[in-house]
Amino acid sequence: MKYIYYPGCSLKSTGKLYEESLLAVFRALNIDYVELNDWNCCGATAYMAIDEDKAFVLAARNLALAEEQLKGEEEVNIVAPCSACYMVLLKTQKYLKENPADMRKVQTALYESGLAYRGKARIRHPLDVFINDLGEKEISKAIKKPLTGLRVVPYYGCQTVRPYSTFEDQRNPVSMDRLFKAAGAEIVDWTMKTRCCGASLTGTIQEVALPLSYVILHEAKKRRADVITTACSLCQFNLECYQTDIDKKFKTDLKIDVLYFTQLLGLALGIPPVELGIQRLFSAPDNVFKILEGGDHVYV
Amino acid sequence: MDRSKLAESFALDNTATDIIEIKRRIKYENELDKGFRKKIAESAHGEKLYGCIQCGTCSAACPVSHYMDYTPRKIIQMVREGFKTEVLNSSTVWLCASCYACTVECPKGIKITDVMYALKREAISGGYKHKNFPASVLASNFFSQVLNNGRNSEGPLLLKIYLKTNPFMLFKNMMLGFKLWRRGRISMKTEHIKDKKALKKLLQSMDNMKEAAVI
Repeated sequence: MKYIYYPGCSLKSTGKLYEESLLAVFRALNIDYVELNDWNCCGATAYMAIDEDKAFVLAARNLALAEEQLKGEEEVNIVAPCSACYMVLLKTQKYLKENPADMRKVQTALYESGLAYRGKARIRHPLDVFINDLGEKEISKAIKKPLTGLRVVPYYGCQTVRPYSTFEDQRNPVSMDRLFKAAGAEIVDWTMKTRCCGASLTGTIQEVALPLSYVILHEAKKRRADVITTACSLCQFNLECYQTDIDKKFKTDLKIDVLYFTQLLGLALGIPPVELGIQRLFSAPDNVFKILEGGDHVYV
Repeated sequence: MDRSKLAESFALDNTATDIIEIKRRIKYENELDKGFRKKIAESAHGEKLYGCIQCGTCSAACPVSHYMDYTPRKIIQMVREGFKTEVLNSSTVWLCASCYACTVECPKGIKITDVMYALKREAISGGYKHKNFPASVLASNFFSQVLNNGRNSEGPLLLKIYLKTNPFMLFKNMMLGFKLWRRGRISMKTEHIKDKKALKKLLQSMDNMKEAAVI
């Protein structure tokens, strides 16, 4: 089966390491993918706030493009790793299905620019693909460097699971837990799995956004986590890049590694760190390397 | 801060009438906008809005409700009653980070996040501007960027917002920007799709249809 890969804007800039690691893991696990031709922005949370009809038609254009690209195939699976993209595409599909009048409008507009939208595409999250299409057994077979002893806290964020997710429980998601259990890691259960990280408020109203990220980081620290894994480019950005600001504001010394789940999975699969974009992180994830290389670093 | 200032001035002068603004604290029924709730319910695709039982689950689930001037529960009630200006001028609408916690938890199935989106649209189109909230500026700049290029370029977008709202933030975030740039995670290049013309046409025909529906 071939997957259509829909990167979205942030995986091409601040989330570049997410794209690199995701595609490296896809290759290592023999998942066949192709990037969506001439994709456009999904609209995220901002477009919905200005003009809803246009927000829907923008997202539907991507779905229509995916259907066109895999014309002969029986099933069209579109993988959206960014959680905002994932949610917006799902929301659009669901809304258009429920409102035939708007569906006709969108279809007409798309038809006029040479596209056809049938509502056939299935929208998938990479976690969904790994757990449900591939399965834990396959993954644990492919693990080359087990993460034994590494304390992982899986952080899912809001829009990966809420409100339209097709593969997860909205209050207690478990797919990332299962994934890293298969990779041999020790999973730390916590209550912040789906708590909001502050999203785009970090760029606009920091007084509100920084405490939100702080709560998550503090909780992870309290539970002696070695690494937080995320599935969203905005979550990773907020939790990692603002850590110095948070330390200053709350007089703490957090220093927690925040990795994309694909990066940690890639390391366990034995992919070289450079291919996973580890060098793009603000600080090297020493805790993870310590486990992978066996024991503490001893400086002579 | 205001309160301490107030106390200070009281200590200096017992008859500090000039700082206490005398204002009516209630609104009479004929001053309310009765059509407001219908407008918002239609825009948010939810007649369910009328069925709110005021349990406050949304406010409890909301991670930013303690910064809002009216909590989500209050906003829903105010929309139903028709407090249009208060609702559209409130910080609540712009503090909502769209995390959908309220939507998932609501026992009556009200899509509160969608109501917030409807209020955002209403506030922007009605010209209500909250001067301290760049979130609305972010939304409109993001919109125009995607409208023209089909894609969002984070670097230029942030630069534009900071210049427009708070240049001090630009200075504050310079180090962060530099760190990101060194790691190849941000660029000042404007991203765009290949077929810009088709996208424009697509959005144009969406506009045409809307006009046709109005006529």
